Amino acid sequence: MELVVRQLDYWVTTYRRTWKGSVVSSFVMPLLFLSAMGIGLGGYVDDSSGPRVLAGVSYLAFIAPGLLATTAMQTAVLESSFAVFGKFKWNKVYSSMTATPLRVVDVLNGNLLYVGFRLATTCAVFLLVLAAFGVAGSVVGALGALLSAVLVGLACTTPVFGYSAWIKTDSSFAVLFRLGLIPMFLFSGAFFPVEQMPDTVEWLAYLTPVWHGVELCRDFTLGTASWWPGVGHVAYLLVWVVVGWLWARKTFERRLVGASS
Amino acid sequence: MHATTVGEPLVRARGLTKTYGDFTAVRGIDVEVRPGEAFGFLGPNGAGKSSAMRMIGAVSPVSAGELRILGLDPASDGPAIRARLGVCPQEDSLDMEITVRENLTVYGRYFGLSRVECRERADELLDFVQLTDKAGDSVEDLSGGMKRRLTIARSLINRPELLLLDEPTTGLDPQARHLVWERLFRLKQQGVTLVLTTHYMDEAEQLCDRLVVMDNGVIVAEGSPLELIAAHSTREVTELRFGVGEHEAVASKVSDLAQRVEILPDRLLLYTDEGEAAAIAVHDRGLRPVAVLVRRSTLEDVFLRLTGRTLVD
Ligand SMILES: Nc1ncnc2c1ncn2[C@@H]1O[C@H](COP(=O)(O)OP(=O)(O)OP(=O)(O)O)[C@@H](O)[C@H]1O
Ligand SMILES: [Mg+2]
Repeated sequence: MELVVRQLDYWVTTYRRTWKGSVVSSFVMPLLFLSAMGIGLGGYVDDSSGPRVLAGVSYLAFIAPGLLATTAMQTAVLESSFAVFGKFKWNKVYSSMTATPLRVVDVLNGNLLYVGFRLATTCAVFLLVLAAFGVAGSVVGALGALLSAVLVGLACTTPVFGYSAWIKTDSSFAVLFRLGLIPMFLFSGAFFPVEQMPDTVEWLAYLTPVWHGVELCRDFTLGTASWWPGVGHVAYLLVWVVVGWLWARKTFERRLVGASS
Repeated sequence: MHATTVGEPLVRARGLTKTYGDFTAVRGIDVEVRPGEAFGFLGPNGAGKSSAMRMIGAVSPVSAGELRILGLDPASDGPAIRARLGVCPQEDSLDMEITVRENLTVYGRYFGLSRVECRERADELLDFVQLTDKAGDSVEDLSGGMKRRLTIARSLINRPELLLLDEPTTGLDPQARHLVWERLFRLKQQGVTLVLTTHYMDEAEQLCDRLVVMDNGVIVAEGSPLELIAAHSTREVTELRFGVGEHEAVASKVSDLAQRVEILPDRLLLYTDEGEAAAIAVHDRGLRPVAVLVRRSTLEDVFLRLTGRTLVD
């Protein structure tokens, strides 16, 4: 743990360069989405068949937690794709770190903690905006939604860390974004209930971490959280975090010290 | 600095081997680096220098053989060893997103130094490598030579007992190289043990007390630069340049004038202890080379002798 803490100054130094921009965009993005989709599109949905499909909830209240969870996913992917790949390939920051007492696993965990921090701050700001729109739920609900959003973010982070350490060229990110990120953004129940889709798509959605994150966040902000399926969602997301971490540790080792023997 | 028993080698390798898949990059080398000396690995591209250095840096696992660094086993004591090493890798690994000075202060923290200590060391080292006025600049704006000096400064942040330098001056212009050499020379005088790799024989001659010549993963010779020259070459060399394609034919006419004759594509090398005399004898035989140069033997000649190839191609 002490070896992880030694990286604090590095991450603080890096964050100081970018925090203003990232705070501004964490405010602006939810504002844009909530106005356009929640109020603009929502007004239309609520007037038609929306309330029946959405179990009597306004469209704004329906997509707010969905946007929170997908924002966590986007933040996670942003911080674990090019940002990680570049530290192997472009400026070799990781290999400079492993030439010190830090071990590969310390470097990995230090970076993951930073992403955790980015997720927590981005999602907290997002929830503040939701509260201003009156769709963050109760205080407890909002805190539950925050933790859920960070969890789904981490469930996307560790596998993408693994991927970024595994690929050889950055063009491989196109595959990840087109086959992973964008479909998950669109089809994980953030904007409409997945039951609306054909069975195959519905079942694929259940496999993604993001659907579980959306459900968790929504149950918290709407105040409909219950032990079951809540615990199931958390457990499933934790599996993603842990399996992703094990894979990332393996690909990081291979990249930084060569084939592990 | 930590106390190390006098004379006990800082690096001790026996049959050290590195394989990548089914390719063997380092084929069982024996190396000993003693405290206070500057030790070199001289060899051409692909000789296995970096592979050896990364094992000594306790980063890359040993494939076979035995390796002790500062008396410790890198397989089990990696972090403890790396805490006492300074590493300047072949490719600069500076962080482009933070400033020159931050590259040092942040790095010192990885070794567990306090913030105050990191700041003091950073300023001292920036002064040492003459980058004080660049302290607040972005690393991207530095020239190649400045980046190299910053990397060297960074490798010194923890006051290492052993400094590993992988090709410290490759790619630098002559002036930048001399500046780096001069700084390394000072470190050596301060008692820092240096291990460096190079494919420049002049660098090896300037900096190394002792070196090994590596080729294809094996050590082909070992000794001080002077010892190596004495053992594997003659005192002087007479270089003769004729027209393209004539060297083969001329070689047979002068082979008795030297202990050994090497034919290169662009010149003929006569290895002899009396270079001037050989040049005169060539002239007496009616041969008229385009250019004649008499010089002392260098490590380049040693390498040519041992491997049949030139160092830098
Ligand atoms: N990670 C690796 N995986 C596979 N092969 C490697 C790896 N690293 C080095 N090699 C191969 O091992 C051989 C020795 O490489 P190494 O980098 O140790 O040589 P070097 O003496 O440092 O050369 P240079 O002067 O080019 O730096 C080369 O043929 C290289 O292609
Ligand atoms: Mg090398």
